[in-house]
Amino acid sequence: MGMTVAEKIIASRGDKDKVKPGELVKARVDLILGNDITAPVAIREFKKIGVEKVFDPERIVLVPDHFTPNKDIPSAEQAKILKEFAREQKIKNYFEIGRMGIEHALLPELGLTLPGEIIIGADSHTCTYGALGALATGIGSTDMAAAMALGETWFKVPSTIKFVYQGELRKWVSGKDLILFTIGQIGVDGALYQVMEFTGPAIRNMSMDGRLTMSNMAIEAGAKAGIIEPDEITYNYLEGRAQRSFRGLFSDGDASYSQVIEFQVGEIEPQVAFPHSPENTRGISQVEEIPLDQVIIGSCTNGRLEDLRVSAEILKNKKVDPRVRLIVIPGTQKIYQEALREGLIDIFIEAEGAVSTPTCGPCLGGHMGVLAKGEKALATTNRNFVGRMGHPESEVYLSNPAIAAASAVAGKICSPEEVL
Amino acid sequence: MADIRGKAWKFGDDVDTDVIIPARYLSTSDPQELARHCMEDADPEFFNKINKGDIIVARKNFGCGSSREHAPLSIKEAGISCVIADSFARIFYRNAINIGLPIMESPEAAEKISPGDEVSVDLEKGIIQNETTGEKFYAAPFPEFMQEIIRAGGLIDYVKGKLAEKE
Repeated sequence: MGMTVAEKIIASRGDKDKVKPGELVKARVDLILGNDITAPVAIREFKKIGVEKVFDPERIVLVPDHFTPNKDIPSAEQAKILKEFAREQKIKNYFEIGRMGIEHALLPELGLTLPGEIIIGADSHTCTYGALGALATGIGSTDMAAAMALGETWFKVPSTIKFVYQGELRKWVSGKDLILFTIGQIGVDGALYQVMEFTGPAIRNMSMDGRLTMSNMAIEAGAKAGIIEPDEITYNYLEGRAQRSFRGLFSDGDASYSQVIEFQVGEIEPQVAFPHSPENTRGISQVEEIPLDQVIIGSCTNGRLEDLRVSAEILKNKKVDPRVRLIVIPGTQKIYQEALREGLIDIFIEAEGAVSTPTCGPCLGGHMGVLAKGEKALATTNRNFVGRMGHPESEVYLSNPAIAAASAVAGKICSPEEVL
Repeated sequence: MADIRGKAWKFGDDVDTDVIIPARYLSTSDPQELARHCMEDADPEFFNKINKGDIIVARKNFGCGSSREHAPLSIKEAGISCVIADSFARIFYRNAINIGLPIMESPEAAEKISPGDEVSVDLEKGIIQNETTGEKFYAAPFPEFMQEIIRAGGLIDYVKGKLAEKE
């Protein structure tokens, strides 16, 4: 019996010929990530271990992105802990404001996340890097601390569910819609403790930006990772970016899966997840009239160039509905600059949207777009839990950027066809 | 290991980390400050209502969402002695073990325990006893390796011990 790509990666980093689901394996990690919320706790715990130095400063990344640019004094104090630790430990992959981006947009862009690697991050959306063929998974601060000391961590080898996406995407349907649809089908614990492996023609034809969006939300189905085997699109993306040598790994033809689920993507329309769960999805044609107070385009899920391009395509020569606040947040400085060069930022401002420097900000109700009691937002983000974007009695709906842009113009959730 | 015994507080499916500790309080990692806001968006009075030793009983996928260790930290510091659920989200599961918050997976116990029941837990044997009704439930035991972490009092002390062995 062969192995899945996830099993092969764990075996390679655990120096084993073969691993099987359920086995506990100690494995080397290729990269460890922390942010301004999780790393301060990790650094506090690291200091309790009593080792002087991190195992390898090249393999640790610190990104202050959640409450930055610092929203208040306590947040500033937390960000300062990262900065001082980076200096003390000679961690060069520390990204200050002006050089930073939302961690899961920034790291792939910089070629820091590579096929065949194990990447752990004290942020649940670390699973984003599965799009590049890495086994990437979120962990807590204490796991981060131990891994910074040891360069390894333990894993229970997960079983894998294979998702096969057949056919061609309809107009305005993207990776976001496939992952929302999938979560809607299997539920927010549908892949609990397991790996989601995304494959099939619709994945093979999907851009890297779309793939990153899909892997990003694997955690929303409870998965440990959302992995896509590398191909020409992956290697082209990594050309000139990859900061280390790497070797892609692939599932064997006779690998064993806990389930194989197939979807015909031609039947999937743009999806909207209703409050207060990402599994609460409906096709756009099934959405009744929902007036909006705010639209957010951005986040580690949908703040990449392709997302801004499709938003601008819809917003060009239009105005945001006067009742709506549109906030657009490019994922990284580079994406921001490219959007500026392509004239996208101009379109957003002409449409009377606000454009922000990269930050996670509103996605987790931090800053830059917090909701008042009773307000409704449509966001291209990843979670719509109670209180996620602000007041516990506010509501968040999730969609792709095209739906979000169109809805900002209409003042209610709608399809791009309704405004074009 | 101290005896685990307390009153059950019940919650439903998919209790997420934003409900356990909303992000608006994450500009601090002070456990006592986090404890004051524990479960606030599910029950604003939760912290004031509970007594030390009480037990959270919830259904499937407890702790889904963010990787914030602030979630199990706030529960532990609030004085909750154990969380019993049908199942746990995987990052929360790891985090709870790593910081020394006792957790038990038992769909049967999670279903049958009623709010306000007096519940006791034997972690070593994996036994959950409903003292109010006399019912007894068995949770799946932790793998040996995780029991070592639990016995050490959490991952940091476990790692310290391992590093000391190497020297």
